[in-house]
Amino acid sequence: MSDFQVTQIRKDFPVLQQEVNGKPLVYFDNGATAQKPEVVIRCMDELYRTQYAPIHRSVNWLSDQMTTRYENARETVRKHLDAYSTNEIIFTNGTTSSINLLAASFGRVFIRPGDEIILSVMEHHSNIVPWQMVRDQYGAVLKIIPISDEGELDMEAYEGLLNEKTRIVAVSHVSNTLGTVNPVKEIVRLAHEADVPVLLDGAQAIPHQRADVTDLDCDFYAFSGHKVYGPTGIGVLYGKEKWLEKLPPWQGGGEMINRVTFEKTTFNELPFKFEAGTMPFTEAVGLATALDYVNGLGLNRIIAYEEELVDYGMRALSALEQVKIFGRATQKVPVFSFLVGDIHQYDTGMVLDKLGIAVRTGSHCTMPLMDRLGITGTVRASLSFYNTTDEIDVLVTGLKQVIQMFS
Amino acid sequence: MIKTIDEIQNEVIEEFALLTEWMDKYNYLIELGRSIPLIDSKLKNEDHLIRGCQSRVWLEARFEDDKIFFTGDSDAIITKGIAALLIRVMSGHTPEEILNTELFFISEIGLKENLSPTRSNGMTAMLRQMKYYALAYQAKNKPNHAD
Repeated sequence: MSDFQVTQIRKDFPVLQQEVNGKPLVYFDNGATAQKPEVVIRCMDELYRTQYAPIHRSVNWLSDQMTTRYENARETVRKHLDAYSTNEIIFTNGTTSSINLLAASFGRVFIRPGDEIILSVMEHHSNIVPWQMVRDQYGAVLKIIPISDEGELDMEAYEGLLNEKTRIVAVSHVSNTLGTVNPVKEIVRLAHEADVPVLLDGAQAIPHQRADVTDLDCDFYAFSGHKVYGPTGIGVLYGKEKWLEKLPPWQGGGEMINRVTFEKTTFNELPFKFEAGTMPFTEAVGLATALDYVNGLGLNRIIAYEEELVDYGMRALSALEQVKIFGRATQKVPVFSFLVGDIHQYDTGMVLDKLGIAVRTGSHCTMPLMDRLGITGTVRASLSFYNTTDEIDVLVTGLKQVIQMFS
Repeated sequence: MIKTIDEIQNEVIEEFALLTEWMDKYNYLIELGRSIPLIDSKLKNEDHLIRGCQSRVWLEARFEDDKIFFTGDSDAIITKGIAALLIRVMSGHTPEEILNTELFFISEIGLKENLSPTRSNGMTAMLRQMKYYALAYQAKNKPNHAD
């Protein structure tokens, strides 16, 4: 066992200290959104009470304070991602808006009729639909990397898809439905051999894995604050400076301009040219606080503890004869997608809810993956470092009750 | 004597009053699902599929002797029970009765959370579809006084 003090760490999360239907809350819906530690809640509260003011433009003391906090937050994100420069850190509203920004902007400059964009079959709709919009606008073609039955990318097929028409590869670092950790370093290496840039959708990786963009050498990385214990409404698009320099702004408005006349507008420098309008600046500081919290616990220790949760969870669920697990990758995070016999996922979810266990049921915004698996949905238990093996036992007991009720 | 919608609602409330635990309520819904007036399997198609549900729910209505009769099904068992309950309350009444009904039994039997629009189990969508059917048959049945 690791030295991870989970009992102590749970105390940092006020939400976890409650009961649902008379049962202790078992929060297994972290893949959708993670709970907030006390430090993040306090940070937001303190900002609104003492430092809230518009950033960048106003000539007043309070604004200077807030601007400093916001730009410090950008530096915290840069450090967390091991990026080269804060010019490479664009604040957005979340992963979805990061990918939309990139797809729209990249598409305008680099996508022509017949060009190819490579995605994988396990992508979240947020990393499919923006590229479909680009495809439809510029006449491009989507190429899809298939997966094995275990839920791992077919790397041979991927290599075969890369060619002189490929303009970008956009794949998830970690699958939100299967929990698979994709071999992203290898994906990037192969793409770069073909002179193709890579976007990694890091929404599900950021709470569980190291997202070292220098080590991965990816060209773009997108993630959301709320999945890594930060506030909602804030996200990040990392991009290598050499790429961001070539991309046109996406949304127009305040802050992103240099000078506006009715004839012509010149745009601001990086990273501001991509940050139009009033940014969620308090949330950016909240995100930085969350990243500090995670790094305070130590990513290596989190990863080691979560590996224990994966092993324990896979063993415990596999021990139930009726449970069929989707996603048995060798490298995975504690996300368990499954079905119980022929019981509908929604029935399972409704009963687990009454037992105080919060899971998600449905397609998890990965309908093409559901089609590939030949199912309409799964039950998904997505865990965090504040979850315990005891809670996995509660889930298993709950599933036994489900089996009893519906057989 | 045919019962009114409100009489059936009160009947349902009385039945559920005996069930204090959620387990018992769910088990009763599962049982009710077994007695649902089943939709003809040939009609289980896109036309009768109700949008806005996590599980698939089919609903069909026919008009007979000025009354509407519903049949339905779902691939999730608790949802099927909820559909059965709604059909039991609404089926066999005139379009006017169906349109003018306020369903008070849902909150009374402790299923209100299941009717919340944020819960995508389709109860709200089912109810809306029933009222659409009623509206359609009412329009079809009534002579047009507009001109």
